[in-house]
Amino acid sequence: MSRQAGRGTEAKKVSAELFTLTYGALVAQLIKDYESDEEVNKQLDKMGYNIGVRLIEDFLARSSVGRCHDFRETADVIAKVGFKMFLGITPTVANWSPSGDEFSLIVDNNPLTEFVELPDGHQNLNYSNLLGGVLRGSLEMVQMEVDVTFLQDALKGDSTTEIRLKFIRRLEDALPAGEE
Amino acid sequence: MADEALFEFLHMEVVSYLFKTADEEKCIPILENMGYRVGHSLAERFTKDSSRFKDELDIMKFICKDFWTSVYKKQVDNLRTNHQGVYVLQDNRCRVLTQISASKQYLEAAPNYLAFPCGLIRGALANLGISCIVTAEVQNMPACKFQIMIQRSQ
Repeated sequence: MSRQAGRGTEAKKVSAELFTLTYGALVAQLIKDYESDEEVNKQLDKMGYNIGVRLIEDFLARSSVGRCHDFRETADVIAKVGFKMFLGITPTVANWSPSGDEFSLIVDNNPLTEFVELPDGHQNLNYSNLLGGVLRGSLEMVQMEVDVTFLQDALKGDSTTEIRLKFIRRLEDALPAGEE
Repeated sequence: MADEALFEFLHMEVVSYLFKTADEEKCIPILENMGYRVGHSLAERFTKDSSRFKDELDIMKFICKDFWTSVYKKQVDNLRTNHQGVYVLQDNRCRVLTQISASKQYLEAAPNYLAFPCGLIRGALANLGISCIVTAEVQNMPACKFQIMIQRSQ
């Protein structure tokens, strides 16, 4: 895979549109395939999960991020390195729970929804649900079980998109051999 | 500004989703249609500032150079035509195939991954006023030939 450093911004922009449009075509197909929005959400989450478990490899290989020592560090890496690398945006980390095991990612300009308007009758559809799956899948590969929910969605009239991540537990058993 | 890896993974996921859920013979047309939609919109966005194309060949050159570069980060390696409405685009390192194999192994899976690119080309050309049929042919991965047959309205 070629990863030229000097890739023009124009080319990057285009590849973003390719991704956004392809994602749109996928959601449209899923809506055709399934009766309810909940089923579509579930399917998007599943596909996101499958992407996440692979994407983490790409991410770790290309960023020099080591193991995170707490959930706050994880949040920073997700927002400032992960989102930046793959979607070119930096969401804000906010609304920490007192115990530090829950936070929100505030996404102001969600690239996935660039050309999207949600028609009536899809109030339960989480258009960007794929993102939730990606987060869940990639974090599971670094031994963190998290719960991802969408609290706000700009497509449904909220001012921003808010993704809530809740740390459930460390997956001790899944630790690869040789690691502490 | 989505990273290309993200697109590649998404494409793989879409292919695997369809082959798990839809009937086998319906998968390719569905993928092709999705590509068509995307190609149609992309062509519109790529050409919004460019001048009018001179002729059919000019459009084909646009597909080989600009469109291909934008989508797959490289140009088509070879463009041939019989001057009667058939064009063959040869890509020696087709990006959707490079990660799969560099030999005849998994050759049977190649059509699944090429349906979407075929649709992309057909959609882009449709937006530029050319209605056509696009098929792909692979003999040895990752090289691939796309054949474009233009349908002239009598």
